[in-house]
Amino acid sequence: MTQGFLKVQGLRKAFPAAGGTGELVVFDNVNFEIDRGDFVCIIGHSGCGKTTILNVLAGLEEPTSGHSFVDGREISGPSLDRGVVFQSHALMPWMTVQGNIAFAVRSKWPDWTKAQVDAHVQQFIDMVHLQGSENKKPSQLSGGMKQRVGIARAFAIQPKMLLLDEPFGALDALTRGNIQDELVTIVRQTQQTVFMITHDVDEAILLSDKIFLMSNGPRAVLAEIVSNPLPRDRTRATMHHDPKFYELRNHLIDFLVHRSKTFAAA
Amino acid sequence: MLGREKFRSFLLSVLILAVFLAIWQIASMPSTGDQVVDEEYAKLVGSAAATGQKSSFPTPAEVGKKLFEQLSNPFYDRGANDKGIGIQLAWSVSRVALGFGLAALVAIPLGFVIGMSRLIFSALDPFIQVLKPISPLAWMPLALFTLKDSNVSAIFVIFICSIWPMLINTAFGVAAVRKEWIDVSRTLEVRPLRKALMVILPAAAPTIMTGMRISIGIAWLVIVAAEMLVGGTGIGYFVWNEWNNLSIANILVAVLLIGVIGMLLDMCFARLQRAVTYRD
Repeated sequence: MTQGFLKVQGLRKAFPAAGGTGELVVFDNVNFEIDRGDFVCIIGHSGCGKTTILNVLAGLEEPTSGHSFVDGREISGPSLDRGVVFQSHALMPWMTVQGNIAFAVRSKWPDWTKAQVDAHVQQFIDMVHLQGSENKKPSQLSGGMKQRVGIARAFAIQPKMLLLDEPFGALDALTRGNIQDELVTIVRQTQQTVFMITHDVDEAILLSDKIFLMSNGPRAVLAEIVSNPLPRDRTRATMHHDPKFYELRNHLIDFLVHRSKTFAAA
Repeated sequence: MLGREKFRSFLLSVLILAVFLAIWQIASMPSTGDQVVDEEYAKLVGSAAATGQKSSFPTPAEVGKKLFEQLSNPFYDRGANDKGIGIQLAWSVSRVALGFGLAALVAIPLGFVIGMSRLIFSALDPFIQVLKPISPLAWMPLALFTLKDSNVSAIFVIFICSIWPMLINTAFGVAAVRKEWIDVSRTLEVRPLRKALMVILPAAAPTIMTGMRISIGIAWLVIVAAEMLVGGTGIGYFVWNEWNNLSIANILVAVLLIGVIGMLLDMCFARLQRAVTYRD
């Protein structure tokens, strides 16, 4: 069963409004499905609740109402089934690169021997090309390298799906491009199901099979789901030569600039 | 350039010490004034008392000599009121170690609980706020009354004075652990004990160590006063005993050594603090 691997039904998040009267609805009636192996990016302006949706999927936050299911089971809390890459990389500064990844690996497989853990960790350090930095502390790494460790840590527990909260937001354009390429390669190899937040339209086009567009908050809704018409083997270097690229890009930017404001829930 | 800077500050320190010793020397020099007492009396008590009135405050050289004497034989034991200064210091250090260690055993786990739970923090806060400013010596009579042992009472006083900074710092350190690290351990389904030891403890360790460093400093301040009260052994008792002997030189030796030991204790904890501090 690959269809509807992740299902979200009627998700809604509201906070009591300041002053005590009524409530502030962040987003309402969000429904979607993600198939196994799909790479989905969600785009929307700040305040539309993207991060809240991701946190709900991660099990770190509870929705006010609505349900979400992974692989037929309702999400009721955080789980090793879902790996999370945090925007701020969230590495433990007192552990080395190796230690950070091994911490995750031992959480997933507590019975493994040290040799098993080490071999597994090394595999994922190699995957993100951090050979030679195994024994460095996060403070000795550049921003891009830290985020690579974060990605390796999330992949190392071999979760059923990955949740990425704007993982490249804090990186410069060059580093961002390099890590995007790495991520594309890794995801294509591992056939991971990915749900990722981004602000970057080009990033979404490069990475995702489907792009979710959120209207502006408060009371944001999932306005539109765009399927990526570009071939799956697109690369950052060549995809902008495809005529469909600009068609898609214009569509997305039009949405973000104009329609996201005026979009009203049907 | 740093080496040069260091050398110059060292030179200045030596100079300050020299000036201080010189002033001390001048101030404590025997005043060779005229005979100041009655002639009859002078005959009676001997010339030393009558003429070369020696200042009762010892000169630096005398204190230095005493210091050398004390340090060359620090562990002799000639009965209750005559023990080497090494033995006395060892008593004080061991009381501090015991009281401080017990306090750490209570304060760090309790601080963990307080730091993890807003409810318990709010519930215990008024008690902590009232108990914290009580001078540890105010507990002494109660300790003597209930524990009925002067040595145990001294250890209790050290316990009660070192508990607060450790408790409060542990609670703050634990409460301030960054949410993202907690979120990471939640998504990794890390079990509570492992989370406490592998994530929260190292994250809060620098703050906890700061509390321990403050505590050991306070404990070392308090032990002198506590031992003056309970008597028997310890550097505090030594100071009090030498006061009764009117041996100012011995008191000065003890004061100097109290300072040196206190500095060493602080240096130990400063080193531990550096060892657990992480760069972000």
